[in-house]
Amino acid sequence: MGGFILRRLGYGVLILIGVNLLTFFLFFTVNTPDDMARLNIGGKRVTQEQIDKWKRERGYDRPLYFNTEAPGVEKVTRTVLWERSVSLLVLDFGRSDSARSTDIGHEVSTRMGVSLQLALPLFLLQLLVSISFSLMLVFFRHSAIDFWGVVLCVVMLSISALFYIIVGQFFFSRVLRLVPISGFASGLDAVRFLALPVFLSLLSRLGGEARLYRAMFLEEIGKDYVRTARAKGLSEQVVLFRHVLRNALIPIITSAGSYLPYVFLGSLVFESFFGIPGLGAFIIEAIGGQDFAIVRTMVFLGSLLYIVSNILIDVAYTWVDPRVRLA
Amino acid sequence: MSFKFVLLWTDVALWLLFATLVGYGWRVARHDNLRATWAKVLRDPAAMCSALILLLFLGVAALDSLHFRKALPPSPGQAADKVFFDNRVQSLLDLALARQIGMRESTYSEPLAYLALTKESVTRDGKVQREYPRLAHGGAHLADPARDWRGDLVQRALVGAVGGLLLAGVATLLAAWLLRRSHGGVTAALRDIAADRTHYPVRALLITFGLICLLAGPVVALMGHYHVFGTDRTGNDVLVQTLKSIRTAFVIGMLSTLATLPVAIVLGILAGYFKGWVDEVVQYLYTTLSSVPNVLLIAACVLMVQVALDKHPEWFETGAERSDLKIFLLCAILGITGWATLCRLIRAETMKLRELDFVQAATAFGVSDARIMARHILPNVMHLVLITTVLSFSDLILYEAVLTYIGVGVDPSMSSFGGMINLARSEMSRDPVVWWSFVAAFSFMVALVLAANLFADGVRDAFDPRSRALRPRLAARKPA
Repeated sequence: MGGFILRRLGYGVLILIGVNLLTFFLFFTVNTPDDMARLNIGGKRVTQEQIDKWKRERGYDRPLYFNTEAPGVEKVTRTVLWERSVSLLVLDFGRSDSARSTDIGHEVSTRMGVSLQLALPLFLLQLLVSISFSLMLVFFRHSAIDFWGVVLCVVMLSISALFYIIVGQFFFSRVLRLVPISGFASGLDAVRFLALPVFLSLLSRLGGEARLYRAMFLEEIGKDYVRTARAKGLSEQVVLFRHVLRNALIPIITSAGSYLPYVFLGSLVFESFFGIPGLGAFIIEAIGGQDFAIVRTMVFLGSLLYIVSNILIDVAYTWVDPRVRLA
Repeated sequence: MSFKFVLLWTDVALWLLFATLVGYGWRVARHDNLRATWAKVLRDPAAMCSALILLLFLGVAALDSLHFRKALPPSPGQAADKVFFDNRVQSLLDLALARQIGMRESTYSEPLAYLALTKESVTRDGKVQREYPRLAHGGAHLADPARDWRGDLVQRALVGAVGGLLLAGVATLLAAWLLRRSHGGVTAALRDIAADRTHYPVRALLITFGLICLLAGPVVALMGHYHVFGTDRTGNDVLVQTLKSIRTAFVIGMLSTLATLPVAIVLGILAGYFKGWVDEVVQYLYTTLSSVPNVLLIAACVLMVQVALDKHPEWFETGAERSDLKIFLLCAILGITGWATLCRLIRAETMKLRELDFVQAATAFGVSDARIMARHILPNVMHLVLITTVLSFSDLILYEAVLTYIGVGVDPSMSSFGGMINLARSEMSRDPVVWWSFVAAFSFMVALVLAANLFADGVRDAFDPRSRALRPRLAARKPA
């Protein structure tokens, strides 16, 4: 297992390098640092001195890929590509491009905690609610409950998450005045602010997930071991919970695991709608302010989390299913 | 009056796509296998009813995809042989809705209202009063609105509803007339339709059509004199915006999937067929792409495109062409970032196919690799392509709303469901609440996405026998 994880990590580093090259190409070749300087300084007349100063302050004043003036190895190392890539790989995110030039690393570490407060309960509740709902549908399969349950799922997944948010905010915060419309507080107070986004996010993803899980359960339920279990005289509840649920966990883990990076990065839309100062809102602010340093960092961080969570999923397989051996 | 056709990028792509659909239909008609599979879709009531709704939406989108610029009336002192064209690009739909587009108020007004939403200072008999002013166009034909308004509304709505029902009745008779051969006369066919004893779900289709007519009739009857869905902040008719948003949704939904296809199919088949290092490279490519959270990658690409567009104003003549190029590039970006899933599926299927006897036989006969891939593998993975395409259509429409909210979606000058929802966010917190554009966007978007989802389910069930077993059923459909 140790060897497996090492190999996966090695492949992960390869992928990170690929991601880095991709984003570098996107951000520096399609538009030169000069364009970005002009964009960030703003105003109609931008002098070359201002641009040079902006580039120098942020370390964009080197050649992009290849430095012909430097001696020896430094031909490659004294370039924007090398310096940016190496600093990202050791998780030194540098400063943002905007005029305020905040320390990205600091922002990420403080905001990640906030994001986790929203996303972690959401992730666990999501699993619980979706699995229970789909198990209920499976229990009542071939009946009206199953049919209308699936109809409900299809209708729910046809509604954009934005509608849930707008209607939910309007109904619960404006009409009923149960919770504040938006904002955030630390400590126990956070519950008041997080309750609505968690509930709405749960609702907006329930339709799709419950339908997917139902299909996974039904796939399992047609197998021989289930028939054997029934033939032994086990009750339907025992068959469902002890046999089907356990075996369906593998596909469920795969599908839920692909959501893990977002647990850390925050639910983008929900955070910004509810004014929760997490990573998701940070990203949207950066996109709105066209701050490429932050977007680049987040792309990198996102793929790092994706790779880590994929390894976690594989490790979780061995825990759920003893037949799976990682070699 | 002369006019100049404007071929926008997305227009070309959409019409090519429609042509492809027709071509596919022809192909289906000629191949027994495909025809049998599609017959299953045709017999599925839910899929057919949603196909009807999708077709109506598609019709609106098609009308909105024929663009032209009108010639301006010659100004004095202008050379006689020179014609200048309006810098506004219009579509056939704009022409059909010219009256509604012209009915521009000053700001918000409620659906079907004849008064504005907010009080204004009006000078009457030399005194300044605060009162709700009459709308410039909504209900402007009423002499005494306080007395006539309600009656006028009911009368027009009834006329519209009766007209809609008549149309539905004609459709029913037409269906019965078409079925007269196989059911022994028109009356017998009518009876069979009523009892749902037809081969195809004609009754469900007619009921759906009747409902649509019943809803659309009053809207059509009222929209000449009222703002049926109200007006937005700048006083524009919300109904017009909603109808114009349909094309945007179709462009995003169809073109983005189309853009994924070439990359996904070519790389998927190559990886599955050659295995070895080709496979490794392709796998590396799609793992790298899919490891970046999708929204972030799209945002990054769109930001880059935006900067590039700002730098090159010479790429387009009019504002419409600019926003069109932007949405076209957005589709390309969605395609480039979204091919990983389909590629993975095709790769796996190709690996399975290449070991089968017919491919082995072709290899033994000395057929070239390229020919095997094109003639033997490609047709056999097309069902995957089809299923993925129809399934992702609705996802992409939902995605557009989120992207527009984040600020990396379609151009604000182009109406889209995402843009409407985005505005609705602040409108819902006004007092009095401005709910109509939200509700309009909501109902049209849900209708479109729901129809797309149900149709996609029908197609998947027909092409993938495994998924049919998972379908919930109340009762099996009676055979004809």
